[in-house]
Amino acid sequence: MNFTILIHETADIFAMRDIPERRAELFVPVGAYLDTLRAAGVFVGGAGLTAPATASVLDHGHDNWTVQDGPFADTKEQLAGIIIIDVPDRAQALDWARRFPTLPGRKLELRANLAPIHA
Amino acid sequence: MTDAARQTIEQVARDSRTRLVAFLAARCHDLAAAEDALSEAFGSALVDWPRDGIPDSPEAWLLTVARRRLIDTVRHEKVCAEATPKILATLEDAQSAAHDDARTFPDERLKLLFVCAHPAIAANARTPLMLQVVLGLDAARIASAFLVKPAAMGQRLSRVKAKIRDAGIAFAVPSGKDLPARLDAVLETIYAAYGSGWDDIAGADSRRKGLAAEAIELGALLMRLLPNEAETLGLCALMLYCESRRQARRGPHGEYIPLSEQDVTRWSAPMIEQANHLLRIAERRQCIGRFQLEAAIQSEHACRVRGVNTNWESIALLYEGLVRIAPTTGARVGRAAAVARARGASSGWDLLQQIPASSVASYQPYWAVAADLLEQLHRFDEADAARVRAIGLCQDEAMRAFLAKTKPA
Repeated sequence: MNFTILIHETADIFAMRDIPERRAELFVPVGAYLDTLRAAGVFVGGAGLTAPATASVLDHGHDNWTVQDGPFADTKEQLAGIIIIDVPDRAQALDWARRFPTLPGRKLELRANLAPIHA
Repeated sequence: MTDAARQTIEQVARDSRTRLVAFLAARCHDLAAAEDALSEAFGSALVDWPRDGIPDSPEAWLLTVARRRLIDTVRHEKVCAEATPKILATLEDAQSAAHDDARTFPDERLKLLFVCAHPAIAANARTPLMLQVVLGLDAARIASAFLVKPAAMGQRLSRVKAKIRDAGIAFAVPSGKDLPARLDAVLETIYAAYGSGWDDIAGADSRRKGLAAEAIELGALLMRLLPNEAETLGLCALMLYCESRRQARRGPHGEYIPLSEQDVTRWSAPMIEQANHLLRIAERRQCIGRFQLEAAIQSEHACRVRGVNTNWESIALLYEGLVRIAPTTGARVGRAAAVARARGASSGWDLLQQIPASSVASYQPYWAVAADLLEQLHRFDEADAARVRAIGLCQDEAMRAFLAKTKPA
């Protein structure tokens, strides 16, 4: 059963990406986590996302599209990336999610996926 | 007057609530109904006592009101028609047991402990249920300790109480040949509340820190209600040894300190003394078991408090005994680590290799020990890969930082 871990982060954490001496702190633990998911055979896929300000928000209001700059919603935490895992049940999905490296200002959301979408 | 009544109600709620629930539940065989009836009795007390005065025996008063309420419920619902007359009779009798001095009403929490750990109840519901009904912890607190949404925990608890009622699970202390296995389930349930089954073989660092005290309280209650059981003493000793190191497990900035590097002057000598005492009494019973062996392993570590070096050969032997009676992944990894210290890294590695890969895919201590042993065997690339997996499996930043630091530059 596939679950998606959605990683939400504050602007402070997004800013770490552009501070050379803090990049390792941000990315190295996540790299180890992903390696471990792969080694345990539960990793399905995932993606890190660029900063929310770079987003294009498309809204089809009545009969034509408007395109605006991001972020999509004005919230404290913004979506920073997703990871899809394949595990037997929610308890095990939670068990994996809680191993995600923590940072002040990082929140995780765990959702069960609907039927898989194949490429 | 109003204040005095309120204070009495609060105190009775604090001191006797779970005993009152146990008393009622043991008679109506319905935990949820007993809890509801008692809540209503407390509600009545809030109205009546400030007006009429505090009764001589608050507990007896509460039991009378709760019992009446329960009788109404049983008559009204007739949930289990056959059992109804018997339950009603027991409830009528209950009054005589509770009259006069309520402090003498029997403590039925032992029955409750066995109900909570009954084999018909799903393993993941047992510890939360026990914490709620025997200790009176609220569902939100339990939910956060088990990383579950509060509403979901509330539902899980309601479902399991309904199951106890509908399946007619006996409110009784098992006897004879049933006792050892049933007691073992109770001990497991209490130990799960302590939470040291988690990710740290060497330091028994409890993730669910908030519940360690509650688990010890449950253990102490079980010792009091069912004395003479060697394994109960073993479990209490084990929890006390682990607890004695709480102050030493973290550095000033919250950093993880492994057992071997802990400052033993920060261990609690009185707790260790108490644990030693319990373990000695247990040993006299000549009935070895899993918890006594785990406690004995911790007692070997505790010798450092007296300036005695750790005897790794003894620890390795104790782990061998443990693996024989309780071959869990944790015990097998612990044995490999102890054997490595006693007889060399390659002996430890051989044992580690024998553990099935499927059982260690998400077991962090295995990968931490593997990284350490591979390092000592100069298999550096494999050690690095194992360390990455150990780091990736951490549930705790301090442990992650510790493992990242042990990586050779």
